[in-house]
Amino acid sequence: MTDLTRLPAAELAAKIHAREVTAVEVTQAHLDRIAEVDGLVHAFLHVDAEGALATARAVDADLAEGREPASALAGVPLALKDVLTTKDMPTTCGSRTLENWVPPYDATVTRRLRRAGVVILGKTNMDEFAMGSSTENSAFGPTRNPWDPERIPGGSGGGSSASLAAFEAPLAIGTDTGGSIRQPGAVTGTVGVKPTYGGVSRYGLVAFSSSLDQAGPCARTVLDAALLHEVIAGHDPLDSTSIDAPVPPVVAAAREGASGDLSGVRVGYVREFAGEHYQRGVLGSFERALGQLREQGAEVVEVSCPNFAYALPAYYLIAPSECSSNLARFDAMRYGLRVADDGEHSAEEVMSASREAGFGPEVKRRIMLGTYALSSGYYDAYYGSAQKVRTLISRDFAAAFERVDVLVSPTTPTTAFRIGERVDDPLAMYYADLCTIPANLAGNAAMSVPSGLSDDDGLPVGLQIMAPALADERLYRVGAAYETVRGPLLDRVPELKGVSV
Amino acid sequence: MTAVAELMDYAEVVERFDPVLGLEVHVELSTRTKMFCGCANLFGGKPNTHVCPTCLGLPGALPVMNGRAVESAIRIGLALNCEIAEWCRFARKNYFYPDMPKNFQTSQYDEPIAFDGHLDVVLDDGEVVRVGIERAHMEEDTGKSLHVGGATGRIHGAEHSLLDYNRAGVPLIEIVTKPITGTGERAPEVARAYVTALRDLLRAMDVSDVRMDQGSLRCDANVSLMRKGASEFGTRTETKNVNSLRSVERAVRYEMTRQAAVLAGGGTVKQETRHFQEADGTTSSGRTKETAEDYRYFPEPDLVPVAPSREWVEQLRATLPELPWERRKRIQQEWNLTDEELRDLINTGAADLVAATVDAGAEPGEARSWWVQYLTQQANAREVELADLPITPAQVARVIELVKSGELTNKLAREVVQGVLAGEGGPDEVVDRRGLKVVSDDSALLAAVDEALAAQPDVAEKIRGGKVQAAGAIVGAVMKATKGQADAKRVRELILERVGG
Ligand SMILES: [Zn+2]
Repeated sequence: MTDLTRLPAAELAAKIHAREVTAVEVTQAHLDRIAEVDGLVHAFLHVDAEGALATARAVDADLAEGREPASALAGVPLALKDVLTTKDMPTTCGSRTLENWVPPYDATVTRRLRRAGVVILGKTNMDEFAMGSSTENSAFGPTRNPWDPERIPGGSGGGSSASLAAFEAPLAIGTDTGGSIRQPGAVTGTVGVKPTYGGVSRYGLVAFSSSLDQAGPCARTVLDAALLHEVIAGHDPLDSTSIDAPVPPVVAAAREGASGDLSGVRVGYVREFAGEHYQRGVLGSFERALGQLREQGAEVVEVSCPNFAYALPAYYLIAPSECSSNLARFDAMRYGLRVADDGEHSAEEVMSASREAGFGPEVKRRIMLGTYALSSGYYDAYYGSAQKVRTLISRDFAAAFERVDVLVSPTTPTTAFRIGERVDDPLAMYYADLCTIPANLAGNAAMSVPSGLSDDDGLPVGLQIMAPALADERLYRVGAAYETVRGPLLDRVPELKGVSV
Repeated sequence: MTAVAELMDYAEVVERFDPVLGLEVHVELSTRTKMFCGCANLFGGKPNTHVCPTCLGLPGALPVMNGRAVESAIRIGLALNCEIAEWCRFARKNYFYPDMPKNFQTSQYDEPIAFDGHLDVVLDDGEVVRVGIERAHMEEDTGKSLHVGGATGRIHGAEHSLLDYNRAGVPLIEIVTKPITGTGERAPEVARAYVTALRDLLRAMDVSDVRMDQGSLRCDANVSLMRKGASEFGTRTETKNVNSLRSVERAVRYEMTRQAAVLAGGGTVKQETRHFQEADGTTSSGRTKETAEDYRYFPEPDLVPVAPSREWVEQLRATLPELPWERRKRIQQEWNLTDEELRDLINTGAADLVAATVDAGAEPGEARSWWVQYLTQQANAREVELADLPITPAQVARVIELVKSGELTNKLAREVVQGVLAGEGGPDEVVDRRGLKVVSDDSALLAAVDEALAAQPDVAEKIRGGKVQAAGAIVGAVMKATKGQADAKRVRELILERVGG
């Protein structure tokens, strides 16, 4: 019998809906796989076997009674990043401060997944409060990259991407503030999409940086990502920044792209995304990808986005500023870790001690950065200037999109680095998001699709595709087309069974 | 606790110094739901029963603007002759306090919804003072802390504190005056008159309960002094906990005498928050802030900007009710009042109540007399505002109607009003329960008349002899016998008929 954990979500759904296999069997296969390899990979912080099987049974029962499946993905398992609230599972955000916290409500994304009959296997590991590019900042230990357990799976959503590459789940949800879906996608050889800002509700997404955060689909194929995109996207009255417009036709675009034909599509590559911070093998892979796009009929031109050079510093002012305010609520008064509550300390002292004990070093670093950037006398120079840069970056995008339909770049300047390699060098860590940040600052849609293996270290490389806001379908058209010529990749992930570190 | 402050004689204060006032009034809007969530906006209630993820500041929860609150804010701005912003945003005011669930207050900073207006305020002698309005902005209320144990009810010395978040997220409008200068010795009176005028205005607009005793209207009084002839303002103090109109006047007056004594003694006024003590009319130093609070304001990324169209603003302008001062002008003309009579009406706070009583069918003279005389005495005796007496204009109108139809005498009418004030029900109910109907049955009255005449044959003789004024004694006896429930005029007629016949 086929190994159910190796199949894409679309195929699993087809088999389940045709009742060739039950959702329970599919779910159990993935739970078994998790039991087998997650001791090594550590993609999950919480696995809800009972809940997952209950959902699967309900889907099977519906189908047995002849009802239409609740969605195109009904019965397919999924790994949910632990930053989205779930009322039946803890939501820790990878932080000691929220250890064992079970929210009283579901995020809108969670609710939509449940409504669609998607089977939620559990919650995935992440950098604490989504701050990081390696998942090493999780309070509960790092996640390992299935391609090489000595290496990072990217971050902050390393758990979600690693679960895909380790065949523990066919689908996952990530969130992307500066690249936290796309960069892990790139270094694990999986697909990750940051939809247009406002395309997917943020209600129940524990905020890191409210004006940048965006939840999105992670999968092993572009079509699977599109199917998941359609399930979670759409207007939500509970999120004021949610866009009240129809969801872009992403599934149709992915199917159209599967023909492999890109005739008439104008592709721009950003001149500024190259130079000293880029690994040779990554640039080589990117060159090959450009060649393939040309062969598929795309018109490939160079464009310049001069203000992208300021994206990284602007991001590291805006995101910490917002996080310093968003994370103020973790004060031990209503929920979360509380220390020093011994009757000897004032409320203020309990707050302070609890925050000291509950947050890790990177979170504290960003809270301090942000507090400083917003303080009176510095606001204009830091936060104010960063907002201006944001406007300039949006203008660069607008000018570029007058000439081309999509922009492309490497997703990340290097392949997966070794665990521990950059922990003492925050700046080196921040460079991992060099190419992904501009799309967050402008609110555009962007995707990382695997572009093969780097020829210098044999590790996965990602091709980033960027589209204008509300034109998410272009990502899927181009991504799916490129996927047809790139060839299979994940069957080259080493066998993990029995490996220990 | 604190040493009794030196005070300067008030006459000397105003001879040597010019006071400068700034009044900040917080008004809780009486919308059905809270500012950013669907929870009920109700005063009181079992602690923490009107709460949800949003107003508890739970991780992941997001605010959604209450359109009704924005509407009220615009209407208030228009009534205060303000400009209405074409585009404005909410901002986060960051500071830590346990009764604030997110540790930031969603407020407005440099982009208020309404700005640059004025309110004309009438003083007791009819002088009109124009108070400039700097701004009116929208924000959310905090929860409430209850400090248990300890003498002061403040956090210091308390054994523990209880938190109630029912009030957290209730919509507030903060109305800030421009500096009020040039009012000299009348400054305390101006402060009181301003808050009174604002309260009457907001009540007429039906946007708030404006109950100072319940905190739905709260006033902070900023007071500073400058030496006569000086052009720069002195250091100001901000007095909080001013919970009645009378307290506004007392607090300002006290701060003037206190600050003057400090300055005259060669000292400097400390910029600080002070608390008004209702019991003795003094103010006491709040906790001194060692460093100036830096609120690190920045635009609220979870909400979209507010951009009221000019059409909408004009539609709202058309919904403004007849404003209190316009109404008073009309009343004076319609009821043909002298300036002095109108002033009495205003000073007792009776104007709107009289008008409402007239609207309910009473004759203006009667309505005015009830409110300005008898009911004002009742309010004074109970130490409440006239408007807070537990009797409605409609009930007063009904009492007047009963007198007019002869069913009650004036004396009985006062008893009926007493009954209403005592909570025995409406006028008709009190009449029934207390059996206060005028005895208009002639046969019952005749029996009493005959009895009285028989008891005082000498008086009867005098009347027969033409001394009609002697009938008074018999009338008195009949009234006594009928417990005052007879119509004295009719009794006199019957006596004369009986004796003459
Ligand atoms: Zn609420």
